[in-house]
Amino acid sequence: MNETTNQEKKTFWEKLLSIDRRIIFLFIAVAISVPLFFKTSLDMPVSPVVQEVYNAIEKLEAGSKVLVSFDYDPGSMPELQPMAESFFRHCFRNNLKVIIMGLWPQGPLQANIALDQVFKDEDIKAKNLQYGIDYVNLGFTAGNEVVIDRMGHDFRESYPADSRGTPLSEIPLMRGVRNYDNIDLILNLSAGYPGTMEWVQYAVDVFHVKLAAGNTAVQAPSMYPYIQTGQLAGVLGGMKGGAEYEIALKRPAKAVSYMFSQAIAHGVICLFIIIGNIAFFSLRKKKTS
Amino acid sequence: MRREVPLILTAIVGITMIIAHFIPPLNILKNLFEDWFFIIAAFAIYLGILNLILVNGDKIYKKQKGWLFGAVVILGFLVITIIGIFFSGGKSFQDPGTPFYYIYMNLYYPLSATMFALLAFFVASASYRAFRARNVEATMLLLAAFILMLGRVPIGEWISAWLPEGYRLGDAADWIMDFPMTAGQKAIMIGIALGVVSSALRVILGLERAYSAGE
Amino acid sequence: MSSEVIGIWIGAILTLGIFSFLYKDNPFYKFSEALFVGISAGYWFVVTFWQYFVPKFWDNLSLAYSELLTKGRVDYHWIYLVGGFFGVLMLLRLVPKIGWLSRWSLAFIVGTTAGLQFTRYLESNGILQVKGTIMPLDLTYPKPFIAHTGFIITDILGTIWCNLLNILYTYSHWVLVVGTFCGLIYFFFSKEHKGVFGGAARVGVWFLMITFGALFGYTVMSRMSLLIGRMDYLFGIWLGLY
Repeated sequence: MNETTNQEKKTFWEKLLSIDRRIIFLFIAVAISVPLFFKTSLDMPVSPVVQEVYNAIEKLEAGSKVLVSFDYDPGSMPELQPMAESFFRHCFRNNLKVIIMGLWPQGPLQANIALDQVFKDEDIKAKNLQYGIDYVNLGFTAGNEVVIDRMGHDFRESYPADSRGTPLSEIPLMRGVRNYDNIDLILNLSAGYPGTMEWVQYAVDVFHVKLAAGNTAVQAPSMYPYIQTGQLAGVLGGMKGGAEYEIALKRPAKAVSYMFSQAIAHGVICLFIIIGNIAFFSLRKKKTS
Repeated sequence: MRREVPLILTAIVGITMIIAHFIPPLNILKNLFEDWFFIIAAFAIYLGILNLILVNGDKIYKKQKGWLFGAVVILGFLVITIIGIFFSGGKSFQDPGTPFYYIYMNLYYPLSATMFALLAFFVASASYRAFRARNVEATMLLLAAFILMLGRVPIGEWISAWLPEGYRLGDAADWIMDFPMTAGQKAIMIGIALGVVSSALRVILGLERAYSAGE
Repeated sequence: MSSEVIGIWIGAILTLGIFSFLYKDNPFYKFSEALFVGISAGYWFVVTFWQYFVPKFWDNLSLAYSELLTKGRVDYHWIYLVGGFFGVLMLLRLVPKIGWLSRWSLAFIVGTTAGLQFTRYLESNGILQVKGTIMPLDLTYPKPFIAHTGFIITDILGTIWCNLLNILYTYSHWVLVVGTFCGLIYFFFSKEHKGVFGGAARVGVWFLMITFGALFGYTVMSRMSLLIGRMDYLFGIWLGLY
């Protein structure tokens, strides 16, 4: 009787370990998709690194100039686009002047998409923001970290005109801006190279300008040494970082709504890992005994 | 000539780039080298693309297995290239409303994003099959991953809500990121920095010749 | 049917084509993959043309040429021909007999990259990181903590957990300094990892395992986020189910 029971248990664990991977794929697909239908807004605490980003912007006086660098493509939109919208909301709410640029070709396009979304907000609409006075889009310049380096001497070396072709000297917002000495804070949204690391290496450490960043979750852990040394003020890491920032701003939006899917997916993966390990150790115990 | 010229070139360019950091008037030369670098990089990309076309063209010509897909590669390349170079308004080719932008947003972006999204499924499958606490090191990796995965999403808050504030899974995850993870990252970062510096010196001084060696 | 709707349908069909690989490899997936390869190559060709080749090479030469024609003088912008020369040498890699000339272009690229990264990596990733690791180390004792949750089992578990975290919180700087130091010792392969040195290297491995575990967790988060984006596109934008 015991032998038969032992054989059944063994078969069950073996079956579990050799399950068709398509079943696992199905679980993941369901775990991600179903929560999307429930527009849940979850509350979550704001982590210190995200709070530092919020504080860096909140401390700036009205009229301060913020350089926002869009260094990502649409492939990273789910993680970084909500952060971009939140950055704009925060800056415009606090009457900061925003200078947009990009080291990735698609970056400035992402900025325009974020602006279109933010300008739908009633409180932002009421401010009647003017292009060239309250914000400007310098566009993309090829050159990666060389662009960052040259901007430290003179913006016009890399950007003689904005994305519309208007010379910088004719743009009211850019008249007092020569280099990083005239910038109060740099916000960088980065999905890879060139990105936050290049901004730290070529802007912060050479020209001593303050930098805060939003990164994809893959890249965010690499930024923690820079936060520890003070080279980076803070970082929003992945969709969770974006969601925490939206909570800090008291304006829950897309990132917060996606967190339910993220939570269920993580739970499912953790469950798979636990089951896999239980099966592994059960089989190993059977083999040794 | 074959070996000496590359070594001399590397040395001159490398030393100029380093010295320009300390002698600002040399920045003119540094900027020139940087501009040349980007022109050469553009041609390097064209080299890769040309190679791709040649390989797929050869496949179609010899009617090898899967040659139809080779034709799809070349067709896709030609369509977007012709539209981007000739029919999208020159330098403002990426502006919303151009045919290039349309192809980019409706073909390139969905394909690219979905390729990366596929990884989510394979990560789950690989975690189930291969992520085992076989020894101390693997267990530490597993525990750290667990705490992070649960602590960084609301599930961590729900599971540990019974604990006092400051001691919940999210707080543990934050501590792991701020201290042990940062320590490991710093070690890797400093190691890489030393490696980059020593490799750069070796290359500039001509001690490293792999790039100038025979085919 | 507007072009926007057609575009969404094309995007959705190609998305499903790539996802079909999850069931098994099939011609629909192969077609989508081949299209992706071709379009990616074309995309980078066009971007490189308009963002690198034209502004850095063509525009400079055009300026030099117009100076020669209008003012009859040789302008310094002609020097950009050198960049073009090296660029053409790069393409010669495809010609077997004179492919060795591409090494000159490669040498230029290697030299520029080495020179550019030398100072920045040394300062930002080396010196400043070491400087940041030199910090005062806490010698105080952690405060004992007793959890009160209402149930004896959770009281015991909570007390153990909270006291463990208390110790870690108190000696955080020790963790940072010791972790960085031992991690660096692990990467020193010129000496055999034996004895005290080997012990320190082992501690370094533990810290690296925690780092990799954290990286794994964040990578999972990132990949799931991308998948959420695609599912949102399919269900929300394409099918309009919510």
